[in-house]
Amino acid sequence: MNATSQLKFRDPVLGRALGDKLNSVVAELGRSPVSVMHVCGSHEQAIARFGLRSAFPRELDVVMGPGCPVCITDVPEVDEGVALALQGVRVCTYGDMLRVPGTVKSLADVRGDGARIEVVYGIDQAIALARETTEEVVFFATGFETTAVATAAALLAGVPKNFSVLSAHKYIPPVMEIVAEMPGTRIEGFLAAGHAAVITGSGVFEDFVKAHRIPVVVAGFEPLDILAALVRLVELVRDRTPEVVNMFPRCVSREGNRVAQEQLWKVFTPVGGRWRGIAHVPNGNLRLKEEWSAFDARRRFTIDVSRLWDYAPPKLLGQCICGEIMSGSRGPKDCPLFGKECVPENPVGACMVSTEGTCRIWHQYGGHLDLRGVS
Amino acid sequence: MCLGAPGKIVSIDGLVATVDFFGVQKAVNLHIVDEPVEVGDYILNHVGYAIRKIPADEIEGTIAMYRELLDGPPGDLMREDVEGEQGARSPRAESRGR
Amino acid sequence: MNPIPSLHKRDLQIAMRHGGGGRAMRMLIEEVFMRGASDLPVDGVGLAAMDDGAALRIGDQYLIVTTDSHVIHPLFFPGGDIGRLSIAGTVNDLAMMGATKLLGLTCAVILEEGLSREVLERVQASMQATCREVGVPIVTGDTKVMGKGELDALVINTTGVALTSRVVRDNGLRVGDRVIVTGTVGDHGLAVMATRNKLQLAGELKSDVAPLFDLVQRVLAVGGESIVAMKDPTRGGVASALHEMAGKAGVGMLVSEADVPVSEAARAASELLGIDPLHVANEGKALIGVRPEAAERVLAAIREHPLGRDAAIIGTAIAEPKGKLVLDTGFGRRLLAEPEGEPLPRIC
Repeated sequence: MNATSQLKFRDPVLGRALGDKLNSVVAELGRSPVSVMHVCGSHEQAIARFGLRSAFPRELDVVMGPGCPVCITDVPEVDEGVALALQGVRVCTYGDMLRVPGTVKSLADVRGDGARIEVVYGIDQAIALARETTEEVVFFATGFETTAVATAAALLAGVPKNFSVLSAHKYIPPVMEIVAEMPGTRIEGFLAAGHAAVITGSGVFEDFVKAHRIPVVVAGFEPLDILAALVRLVELVRDRTPEVVNMFPRCVSREGNRVAQEQLWKVFTPVGGRWRGIAHVPNGNLRLKEEWSAFDARRRFTIDVSRLWDYAPPKLLGQCICGEIMSGSRGPKDCPLFGKECVPENPVGACMVSTEGTCRIWHQYGGHLDLRGVS
Repeated sequence: MCLGAPGKIVSIDGLVATVDFFGVQKAVNLHIVDEPVEVGDYILNHVGYAIRKIPADEIEGTIAMYRELLDGPPGDLMREDVEGEQGARSPRAESRGR
Repeated sequence: MNPIPSLHKRDLQIAMRHGGGGRAMRMLIEEVFMRGASDLPVDGVGLAAMDDGAALRIGDQYLIVTTDSHVIHPLFFPGGDIGRLSIAGTVNDLAMMGATKLLGLTCAVILEEGLSREVLERVQASMQATCREVGVPIVTGDTKVMGKGELDALVINTTGVALTSRVVRDNGLRVGDRVIVTGTVGDHGLAVMATRNKLQLAGELKSDVAPLFDLVQRVLAVGGESIVAMKDPTRGGVASALHEMAGKAGVGMLVSEADVPVSEAARAASELLGIDPLHVANEGKALIGVRPEAAERVLAAIREHPLGRDAAIIGTAIAEPKGKLVLDTGFGRRLLAEPEGEPLPRIC
C-alpha cells in the first residue's frame, strides 16, 4: 500500500463517475430533500476538504450529526479538567480539547493563568510524562470508542502510580437511537464511521436497523469511499431495503476487533450521561469500572468545580445553537453568532473550537457555498 | 483525533512496531490488533495503537466494489467513459511525479 | 490610551495566535501599532500597506527597508538553522519588494545567560556563509544578554536595506493574472514540526530556507512590468499569502490543488500530522503574480534556476468571490480560508 495505491482512493476520474452516479440515483427518487446523516467529524472534514458537497445533487442533504467527540464533551466534564488543573495537577489532553469552553474557562485559558496543561497525541505520551516525574499526572480522556480502546489497552498494560484517567469517552451507537427517535426527524439513512466500526464491527448496527427500519452504510474516509457509500445508501433508501452494508471491507468486518472490544469492556462501562447540547444519552458515556477506581481521577481527587462558578457565564452562550447543530436539526448558517462573534480565534461554542466541529469546518472550508459557477 | 492512517510494519520489538507511513516512521502499539502481524504487514493506526491488520489485496477488492456500483450492462456508456478517461494519460500527472 | 471597546475579553492579553502571521496578528497591528502612526515623509510604501517591507523615495530610486525578528525553535533543524534563516528571511523580503541592489543588513541579538559559546559561533558562521552566498554584508548590530530563564536561548533581529527603481507591491493582481509558486510547498514548517515531534522520517524532509535574491532578479529581468505582485509565503503559508494578495487587489483566486507542488515527504508528514501544506511556513519560496501573456515565459525562466525547478502555476485571479480563495480539489470546490495564523508556534 504505497503512495500510488493509496492514491487510487483519490482518483478524480472515478470520483466524477461516482458523483454522476449519485446524482442519477437521487434523481430516481424524484423528491427533495433526501436527508442522510453521518456521525463522524472525520467524515465532515473529508467532505469539506475535498469539496464533495459541490458535487452532490442539490436534492441530497448530507447532515452532520453528533459526531464530533470534542463538541459533545459536556461543560461539566471540561470544568472537571479545568478544576483539576487549577488544583495544581498536571493535565494531559488531546490538542482539540484545549480551547473548548467550560462554564467560563477552557484548559487553554487556565494554562495562560499558569496551570500546567500538556498537549499529547496519545495516552502513551501522558504515561511517559508520568514516568518522568513524581507529580500527579491526569490524562483527560476524550473521544469515541475508537480512541477509548487505546486508553483501555494502556491501562491494561500497566501505568505508573502517579497516573490517572479522567474519562469523558463517549460511545456512538446509542446516540443514533436518539436521533432516529427525535420527533420530526427526516433522516432516511446513516453513514457510519469506518474507524469506529473497525472496533465494534458492522454487526453492531443490525439491531438498530431492524428496530428503526433505517439503512446504515459503513464508510471509509477517502473521497471515493464517501461517494461510493452515499451511492449505496441512497440505493437502499430508493429500494426501501433497510440493511447494514459494509462499504469499508478493507478495514471493517461484521464482528469487528474482538481483542479490542474485550479490552475496552474490561476497563470501561457505559453509563448514561449528558452530551453537550443533546442532553441525556443512555449508555452514551464510558466510565472506568469499579475495579479501576484506583486510576480513576474522579476517585483519586476531590474535584472542586464550585470555584469556577464565581464567574458569570458569557452572555453570548445563550445565543449559541451548538446543540441543535450537533443533532443535525439546524446548521451554522442558522446561528446569529456564526462568523461574527463566534470565529475560531474567539469561539463561543464547542462546534467552533474543535477541528471536527461543524461550525469550525464550515468556517474553514466555506460551508455549503455554491461554487459550481466559479471560473 | 480520528487520524486513522494505514502504514507498513518495518520492525517489531515485543508489542511495539515501527511503522512506515509513506516515508514517515512512527512507533505503534500492537496490544489491540486482533491478528498476528509481522514485518511487511499493513496496519491501521489510531492514536498510537494498531486497530486492524489490512490485507494487502483489499485495495483492489475495494476499487472493484466501487466499479461495480458504476457498471451497467456491457456497452454502458458511463463505464466506457470512465475506462476511456483512465486509459488516457494526463500530461500534468506525468510531469508532477516527484 | 483606552483599549478598544469592541475587543473580546480574550484579546486583552497577548496570546500565541497574535504572532501567527494571520488574522489575529493583522488586527493587533491595525489596532495597536498603527494607532497614532505618522505619515511617510516621502513618497513610498509604509506601515499601512503591511507589505513585505517599506519603500522610501530617494531621488529617482526607492530605498527598501525591512525588518524581522527570529525566534525559531529549535535553533538547528534539518536543512538550516536560525542563523541562515535570519539572513535569508530578510533578503527574501527585500527581494519581494522588487529590490535590485542589496546594500546591507543589521544584526541585533539577544542572548540568554548560559547559552553555549559554541552554539553562538555555529549560528554566526551560518549567518556569514549565507551573507557571502548572497553577496550582502552585515554592517552594524547590537548585542544584549538577558538572565537565565528570561529568554529562550537566542533571538535575532535583522534589518535589511536595498535599492530599486521599481517597487513591486503585493496588491497588483488583476482578473486573469496568474500566480506562480517557485517550488514545493510546506517543507519548512513540516520539517520543523517533524523535528519537534521526533518523527522518524525515512524520506528527506528538510527546511527549504534559502535566499531567493538571485532567482527573483531573473524573474524581474524576464518578466519586467508584467510582474505585478510578489510575496513570500512564510508564516501562515501559501494560503495566508494568497489571501493577502487577493484581498489587497480586490480579486478572488481560483487555485488548483492538483497543481500545487508538494514533495512526497511533506505530503506524508502532512497526512500524518493532519496539517495542510498550504497553511505552513515556507522560507525559500516566492509567489509571483504575473500577467497571463507572460506567465509561461516567466515560469520557464524560474525552472532554469536551481531553486526553482519545481515551480508551477497554481492559480488565476478571478472576479468573484472578492478576497476569497476557491480551491479546486479535483472532486469539487471549496473555499481555502484565511488561516487564523501559523498553526505551529515559533516557526521562524
